[in-house]
Amino acid sequence: MKFGVIRFPGSCDEVDAVLACERVPNASAQLLWHGDPDLHGVDAVVVPGGFSYGDYLRVGAIARFSPVMESVIRFAHEGGLVLGICNGFQVLCEAGLLPGALLPNDHLRFRCRQVELDVVRASMPFTADCADGEPLSIPVKHTTGRYYAPPEQLESMHAHGQIVLRYAPGQNPNGSLDDIAGVRNAEGNVFGLMPHPEHAVDPLTGSADGLKIFTSMAHAHG
Amino acid sequence: MPTVEQAVALGLTAAEYELVVEKVGREPNEVELAVFSLMWSEHCAYKHSKKLLKTLPTEGPRLALGPGENAGAVDVGDGWVIAFKVESHNHPSAVEPFQGAATGVGGILRDIFAIGARPIAVLDSLRFGEPSSARSRYLLEHAVDGIGHYGNSIGVPTIGGEVYFEKPYEQNCLVNVMALGLARSGALIRSAATGVGNVLVLFGASTGRDGIGGASVLASAELGEGDADKRPTVQVGDPFAEKKLLECSLELLEHGLLVALQDLGAAGLSSSSAEMASKGEVGLDIDVARVPLREAGMQPWEIMVSESQERMLCVVEAGRLDEVLAICEKWEVGGTAIGSVTDTRALRIYVGDELAGEMPVPALVDDCPLYDLTVQAPAAGLYPAPPPVLVATGASNPKEILRALLAAPNIASRRPLFEQYDCIVQSRTVRRPEQSDAAVLALPQAPRGIAVSIDGSGRRVACDPYAGAVEAVLECSANLACAGAAPLGLTNCLNFGNPEKPHIAWQLTEAIRGLGDACRALDVPVVGGNVSLYNESGGGPIYPTPVVGMVGELPDVARAGRSGFLRAGDAVGFAGPFRPRLPGSELAKLRGDELPVGLEPIDIAAVRAAQEAIRDAVRDGSLSSAHDVAEGGFLIAVAESCLAGAIGATLDLGAVQGADELDRILFGESPGAGFVISGSEDALRRLAERVDLDIFGTVGGESLDVTSGDVRIEATLDELRVAHGSLEALFP
Repeated sequence: MKFGVIRFPGSCDEVDAVLACERVPNASAQLLWHGDPDLHGVDAVVVPGGFSYGDYLRVGAIARFSPVMESVIRFAHEGGLVLGICNGFQVLCEAGLLPGALLPNDHLRFRCRQVELDVVRASMPFTADCADGEPLSIPVKHTTGRYYAPPEQLESMHAHGQIVLRYAPGQNPNGSLDDIAGVRNAEGNVFGLMPHPEHAVDPLTGSADGLKIFTSMAHAHG
Repeated sequence: MPTVEQAVALGLTAAEYELVVEKVGREPNEVELAVFSLMWSEHCAYKHSKKLLKTLPTEGPRLALGPGENAGAVDVGDGWVIAFKVESHNHPSAVEPFQGAATGVGGILRDIFAIGARPIAVLDSLRFGEPSSARSRYLLEHAVDGIGHYGNSIGVPTIGGEVYFEKPYEQNCLVNVMALGLARSGALIRSAATGVGNVLVLFGASTGRDGIGGASVLASAELGEGDADKRPTVQVGDPFAEKKLLECSLELLEHGLLVALQDLGAAGLSSSSAEMASKGEVGLDIDVARVPLREAGMQPWEIMVSESQERMLCVVEAGRLDEVLAICEKWEVGGTAIGSVTDTRALRIYVGDELAGEMPVPALVDDCPLYDLTVQAPAAGLYPAPPPVLVATGASNPKEILRALLAAPNIASRRPLFEQYDCIVQSRTVRRPEQSDAAVLALPQAPRGIAVSIDGSGRRVACDPYAGAVEAVLECSANLACAGAAPLGLTNCLNFGNPEKPHIAWQLTEAIRGLGDACRALDVPVVGGNVSLYNESGGGPIYPTPVVGMVGELPDVARAGRSGFLRAGDAVGFAGPFRPRLPGSELAKLRGDELPVGLEPIDIAAVRAAQEAIRDAVRDGSLSSAHDVAEGGFLIAVAESCLAGAIGATLDLGAVQGADELDRILFGESPGAGFVISGSEDALRRLAERVDLDIFGTVGGESLDVTSGDVRIEATLDELRVAHGSLEALFP
């Protein structure tokens, strides 16, 4: 299993994501430079957190047009596994790979805290190593993480089981609609979440619950 | 030709101007005068503090890089070093808090990667007026926002810090930022320009008119009327540009392409080039016409003194220039060759082929006159008594005092502030804010780690500059001890008023004496620091505020200490040569008491022994929690341990004679000397063989219950939590 982690200018959590991927047994990880359209034969792509290109326009709006993202979009359409974390989630929404949008937090501030999540749907390929309803402790850190989707879209997402993670009751850190913390596409091969699973891979630094996202991907790959 | 009047307007004295004329051998032209006025400013030349700073101890077995470079560094074993430094950005933040604080972060981070270390952490030390004032709330909100904006965007965690609210900082807030970096010991790079014929390359952002005169106009004079007009002298930060600059600099180093590296900070190109030439004992020729500009029509002197952010200067071998420029291109940071190293020992400024200025480098860097301070202890207290708060709310019994202190701005939870900072990026953070008295980071050579703390109570230094400074050092080392760490090195930022006033000179002199004595007593070297003077406004001087940042090591981060009680049934103990006093305490402030003249003398050796005993007990895993007693005294520390662990405690202190004596025991302060600990009774009894220790009670339940004779204090965790959460109202 070979993970590729995108590095945009302004990415912050790309090295953390590589370290997380490398904790998966028999997995390796490499950085993919934003200007290089070659995905170097990776089996799954992680679009990491940070502030791609400074995010001075709308978050993620510039990154989706980068050479590497054109390849990632093609990779996703061919069924490749793509995980977007925080800024990566924003980029995947901007790229139209995931439904909905991330809006500024209801309190308009950056917030960094450990939150409790509920696994809404434990299934291949991103949450197979979890149980339905399993609580996960994973940190969030963002200013623009309030999930929103129009009512019809939301209904369709529910119908297709696309809501994967929710903030546990009382834990919603940003005013996200329906406490939504992570969603996938209808096909199920693209997943985005605002919490940072790569920062929950070792009890020493807070929690190891996030590692299950990465091991699930490896199991899905087989 | 400029006149002496213009020189004075730029901040030089008439006598200093005469000396410039003598050193240059003629009247300086406009460019030269602009450069001299900045190089000879207090901010760059430390002319009122250098002699005092030389008294601080700067040697130690673990020192890797001492004062004089962009940052100092200590050896943390296995070929790794930790670089660190604290710096102020006070006046810019008082004028424009968001950008002032943001560029404060940017500036100190550049100091770290300028020596070849990857920045791994930021801590901040902030001082504002009381939050009851609208101006203080404005400064607080925007300074915190600015720090978060820069640190979060660049991917460096903000792992700790401190904030105090006191009236004397109302107009002149303090924003001090400390940064740490990690490097292989062999990979550190110096700033000395060497190799005649080597090329000087400027890379990073383009140069504009922002920040012109920041070092002289803003940083080296008192604040006053019309400071809003100084807003253009505040620089504007771009963390995205700095992130690219950081990665580019480290990649250049990794490829062995750099002879020397230096960041552009105060006084911009002038000071960075002069410092590089001075350290390398060479000369530099700079063609300002080659400097990429962000606005047209800039004069040569403006280019030389611009403080535009996110720029670096490096010296490279001519044969490797193309490789350097290619890496600059990769990171889109625009590298440009702007000059070369010469053997002239002069800084020569060209516009194309035309010589626009020529100054001897030693004159710029070494010949600024250093002043002896006129020192005079003030006849009476300099600061009015703080307005009483406690009387106004009618609180008089111990429980009401407990609640009032927990809610006091200097003690209340900092959660609404620190949640605005990313404390986890880079995956090293083992102890986050409010988990331990010091932040703890894992090092590459696991399980080893470092702990970091920053502290300094200006009010106590105002009471007694010598003892207050000693306390600041001991408070930091106490925090490290509670995390299980032994001190390796210290950085300081000396925030004081106008040193040309004898009573301020006395505060500065006494505080530096205290810092030096405390460092010597603990065997901790000063690796570097920063001085910020002229922190005065119409309202008078700030409290004298030496901020101390300390880095320590711990052998096993898995055993890093926690401040919160952990296990029901654990015994609660109180350890250390604690001699609580109410004068100068947080309770005295709430009561509106006058600041005392002088604090209780401290037995530093006894405090050190206690801290070492606590540290060893944390390290061997025999304690469940350790928390040092700071502002608010013993009972506040116990309440904080309850809140951090979300579990109550029951204590019996025995009978005490009189309400005043009970107040002294519960709420008196003796910074750095007392520790609230918990663990098995056996473990505490073993520790009692090394340090004064009393066992007072047990951990457990949903409330803090304290008995002393017939006095009972009972507060539920929810009551404590509500009081401690008082700052949330400032960030709705």
